[in-house]
Amino acid sequence: MTDVPVPYLVVDRRPETADTVTLRLEPVAEPLADFAPGQFAMVHCFGRGEIPVSVSSVQATGGLAHTIRAVGAVSAGLCEARAGDVLGLRGPYGTGWELERARGRDVVVVAGGIGLAPLRPLILRALAGPAAYGRVNVLIGARTPADLIDHKEIERWPTTYTGVTVDRPDDAWRGDVGLVTGLLDRADFAPADSWAFVCGPEPMIRATARDLADRGLRPDRIRVSLERNMRCATGHCGHCQLGPVLLCRDGPVVAWDRTEALLAVREL
Amino acid sequence: MTATAAPAVLDRDGLNALVAALVAQGRTVVGPTVRDGAIVLAELSSADALPFGWGVELDAGRYRLVRREDGAAFAHSAGPQSWKNFLHPARERLWSADRTPEGDVSFTADEPETPSYAFLGVRPCDLRAIAIQDRVLAGGRYEDTGYGRRRSGAFLIAAECTEPGATCFCVSTGGGPAADPGYDLALTEMDGRFLVRVGSEEGAELLERVPHRPAGPDLEASARSAVDAARDHMGRSLPPVDLRTLMGASLDAERWDDVAARCLTCGNCTMVCPTCFCTTTEEVTDLTGDHTERWQRWDSCFDLDFSYLHGGPVRASARGRYRQWLTHKLSTWHDQFGTSGCVGCGRCVVWCPAGIDITEEVAALDAERTALGTETD
Repeated sequence: MTDVPVPYLVVDRRPETADTVTLRLEPVAEPLADFAPGQFAMVHCFGRGEIPVSVSSVQATGGLAHTIRAVGAVSAGLCEARAGDVLGLRGPYGTGWELERARGRDVVVVAGGIGLAPLRPLILRALAGPAAYGRVNVLIGARTPADLIDHKEIERWPTTYTGVTVDRPDDAWRGDVGLVTGLLDRADFAPADSWAFVCGPEPMIRATARDLADRGLRPDRIRVSLERNMRCATGHCGHCQLGPVLLCRDGPVVAWDRTEALLAVREL
Repeated sequence: MTATAAPAVLDRDGLNALVAALVAQGRTVVGPTVRDGAIVLAELSSADALPFGWGVELDAGRYRLVRREDGAAFAHSAGPQSWKNFLHPARERLWSADRTPEGDVSFTADEPETPSYAFLGVRPCDLRAIAIQDRVLAGGRYEDTGYGRRRSGAFLIAAECTEPGATCFCVSTGGGPAADPGYDLALTEMDGRFLVRVGSEEGAELLERVPHRPAGPDLEASARSAVDAARDHMGRSLPPVDLRTLMGASLDAERWDDVAARCLTCGNCTMVCPTCFCTTTEEVTDLTGDHTERWQRWDSCFDLDFSYLHGGPVRASARGRYRQWLTHKLSTWHDQFGTSGCVGCGRCVVWCPAGIDITEEVAALDAERTALGTETD
């Protein structure tokens, strides 16, 4: 490991769901190099440790945002951070979505749960230049309506098609119920001329990518963001291996043609 | 170029002078020595601490020191440690952070004084292992700076093999008992004398400072033939097939269940392996809570925590973890770092408390695949 964290100030803390918050961060002094959507930082919680988190927002000013779900000691500590606290960040690490490769083509974004967070800067970028891309589809799935992040923002996105579905509706839910792949029939894209960007729990990624490939999307144009335990983010600790792939270095965003067979092996 | 200078010969006094010259340079000289019933690697103050007259008896799950009549210093195979203990230590502080009462946080890189190492008696297999860790830890986009600091200053004195152990199989991993380039000096021990070949300018300079004689063609030839003969005396071997392909085609093999029934998932093999590099990190705070340190320590893919992701480990079974270790070592290491991760030193065989033998496991996987191929033909 080489890099030492750089201090970032928490300037805003927005609760997303019962266990998820978005922290907006500004560099205390010198910022890290620019993050591309899909890349991640190692985020340090003082006295607890570091975890990898993809950026959920990138600002031209050097500011960025992380959307974090409390699932362990470090993520729980980060979720408790308040405006004015200082965190340490290393990065940017890993591969980005490389949305620009989809120029002139239809875009299909599929998110499961907090998987929407790393996709958010990609969606905003695609919508910022409507002439550059074809039809833009955003498909979102969550366990329950209460697990949806960015809920108010989603409605304002000027996409060609936005679909939201939940596994378990509550009494107030008037939208779709079921798996996120169920929305693909309603999305508006030409499979042979589309790129897809997928992030969520691994079973959801597998089901979505297979469905998209069955519909005729080229597997190398289906890009998925995967998650593994990471300690260093610099290719030295060995934790993030998925067979031949070091996810901190060769991922987290990887092409489906390179990943499908690996994810089909149990305990790889 | 001095690297092609004619070989020299040192006697025991010359070897003593060599170590003394390194110590005089301010170097930390590390080499084999007898301690606690094993030949370990430790700091040497003189060549007298080398294990003269000690050899080893090796087998799967077995390591015993034995007396040698010939008084040889380097006629023992790999011990429980390797040079990674020094170049890539088991514990290392990476950086620390301090928090002021106002809540400001500052981060400080750890830049300790780095010993200037001289490694005496680096086996050819271990020389290759160092080259592999160089690729992994310093050859990619990011350099492990601590490793880089320790490695760039290290002076390497190889000791070629003339007597491989019963668990050695370097030849079948593409290596051999002769030292590859990468050393500063290479020794071949011949009846109490040491043939010295020079591999670098620095090596040539050091040799100039110690009493030595030209080796002469006879000694050089007999050293060559002793090392060549060692090629044919490997105690074990990996099957002569493309191991990368074999591993890739064996992910569903039944043999993994067989080995998993014996494997204790203790991680000994990864600790003694000279190329296994995996680490984890720990956060250590003081009592004030305002000073915290980030420590790196060796980790093992056999540990359940290694692959932990919220919800549980990715590799919960012993089958999955042994398969990860072996397929990484022999196959996916190539994809990640452009080289195999095995040098055939035999440590994992010797130090496995269950006596699991990598060469036997690979042979069984090969046999299973061959049998399957026959059935489908």
